[in-house]
Amino acid sequence: MIKETRITLKNAGKINPESIDDYIAAGGYEAARKAIGMNHVEVIDEMVNSSLRGRGGAGFSAGLKEKFTNEGCLRCAQKYVVCNADEGEPGTFKDRIIMEMDPHLLIEGIIIASHAIGANKAYIYIRGEYYLSIRRLQKAIDDAKSKGFLGEKIFGTYSYLEIEIRLGAGSYLCGEELTLLESLEGKRGYPRIKPPFPAEKGLNGFPTLVNNVETLATIPTIIGLGSASYAKIGLESSPGTKIFTISGDVKSPGYYETVMGVTLRELIWDLAGGMKEGMSLKAVLIGGAAGTFVDESVLDTPMGYDTLKEKGATLGSGAVIVLGENRSLSTMTKSILDFFKHESCGKCIPCRVGTAQLVRMADEAVDKGGITTDLLARMVDESKYISANSLCPLGQSPILPLGSLQRYFNDNTILK
Amino acid sequence: MIRDEILKKYPAENESILMILHDLQNNNPQNWLSEEDLKAVAAYLNTTLSSVLGVATYYTMYSVKPRGKFIIRLCNSPVCHIEGAEEVLSEIERVLGIKIGETTPDGLFTIEATECLGRCAAAPGMIVNEQFHGFLSKDRISGIINKTKI
Repeated sequence: MIKETRITLKNAGKINPESIDDYIAAGGYEAARKAIGMNHVEVIDEMVNSSLRGRGGAGFSAGLKEKFTNEGCLRCAQKYVVCNADEGEPGTFKDRIIMEMDPHLLIEGIIIASHAIGANKAYIYIRGEYYLSIRRLQKAIDDAKSKGFLGEKIFGTYSYLEIEIRLGAGSYLCGEELTLLESLEGKRGYPRIKPPFPAEKGLNGFPTLVNNVETLATIPTIIGLGSASYAKIGLESSPGTKIFTISGDVKSPGYYETVMGVTLRELIWDLAGGMKEGMSLKAVLIGGAAGTFVDESVLDTPMGYDTLKEKGATLGSGAVIVLGENRSLSTMTKSILDFFKHESCGKCIPCRVGTAQLVRMADEAVDKGGITTDLLARMVDESKYISANSLCPLGQSPILPLGSLQRYFNDNTILK
Repeated sequence: MIRDEILKKYPAENESILMILHDLQNNNPQNWLSEEDLKAVAAYLNTTLSSVLGVATYYTMYSVKPRGKFIIRLCNSPVCHIEGAEEVLSEIERVLGIKIGETTPDGLFTIEATECLGRCAAAPGMIVNEQFHGFLSKDRISGIINKTKI
């Protein structure tokens, strides 16, 4: 029976999140102190060697991202770190948990990342509805400043760092890194054409490191433990731990941090208490709306970025939505497609028209008793077209749930 | 004048606009941005009214028409949806006598839908202004609404 391995959540529930002294007493800010004493290239090397992969969903090497941003230009007037705290993927609440329960961990991660790439200004772009997270982070920033960890001459060195919180205002799309930068610049949340990537031209045209909350909150552990020890945790191709958020038809929904390589069976039965009374498993939606449906044949697959990809699935944000046998996959799919239609910004016509078209197809089918395999095939075609002709990940998302439905549930009775 | 004091808190740069709009809206008892607000923002940031309006209408947390003192934001994401958000919505609409997107005639409540609130382990959920309510069911709605009024 697997147990949680709490590394990122080591302080969660154990310390008062509003007390910097509690955090320091638990060993907090030691990693930042250590990193500030290191050459910034050494810090980047540690991050590259840790093989940490971005926890926002894409799974790109966090170390390489730092390296590219550092090398983005040699004599730039400005570089930025931007923390993506615009959590909005349905079924996901790991970032909220980190920010509410251990805000200083995130601040410490941002200090280290800023030192690594040579930034003296960082932003936390956070969901406007995350009121408690916003209050706790602001207090954490103020307290860190009064201890000399932020502001002028941090940790007694000549380094300077300011962190500013910026609120989002209800746009899922702004969680996509380039759209987030548009929003930070005070514009409507439309995606940018890439390249250039943020490492080269990000906020206000300057090199910018955009990292997810969970990624940044992992950095203090890597610097503290050393990359060699960290890389031994979890899977070789996806090292470390991951916070999974489990919802749906389980007895104990909630957040669970485990080593990478945990299986769905372990998450559902060992940690989340198993299926609700008298229910058997029909499907699991992994990764949220922009995620994939799987059936029980994937229950024993070690969860990692590549291992799931081999099964046509995605780890995404770590959302695990469990559906019992009485749940209608057609209704669930319609709800997901409604979401994409609502959040499509309208910049790319294939996405604007296509997501509406998908909703119409699903609506009609649900009224007539459910999506059929014939209709699903047409929806998959449509979503492939949207994906190929859209700029940002939103247009590239409907294919994920639809394609996985076709792979695992291509049967008129089960699709109902 | 509160409006000018709010504006002055932020650098007069376009990147301040989201924070300014939040602040102006939060300081309005009816939770909205009036044309005077938007014009003042445009003047302060040295930009056009249309570009300020463009931002204000893109983001769903802003409103350019008056809303209730209390805004009920019901989570509409797939998890809350399968856990019965639709039934909860009908009950809220019944108790308040308005439809989603509308405001009660006494100016107290507005009903809105929101995307995932990150409270999926307590689905279905909603926030009333900043207060979260989870594990919603039809029979809890009038209680929550009555308590909010007090």
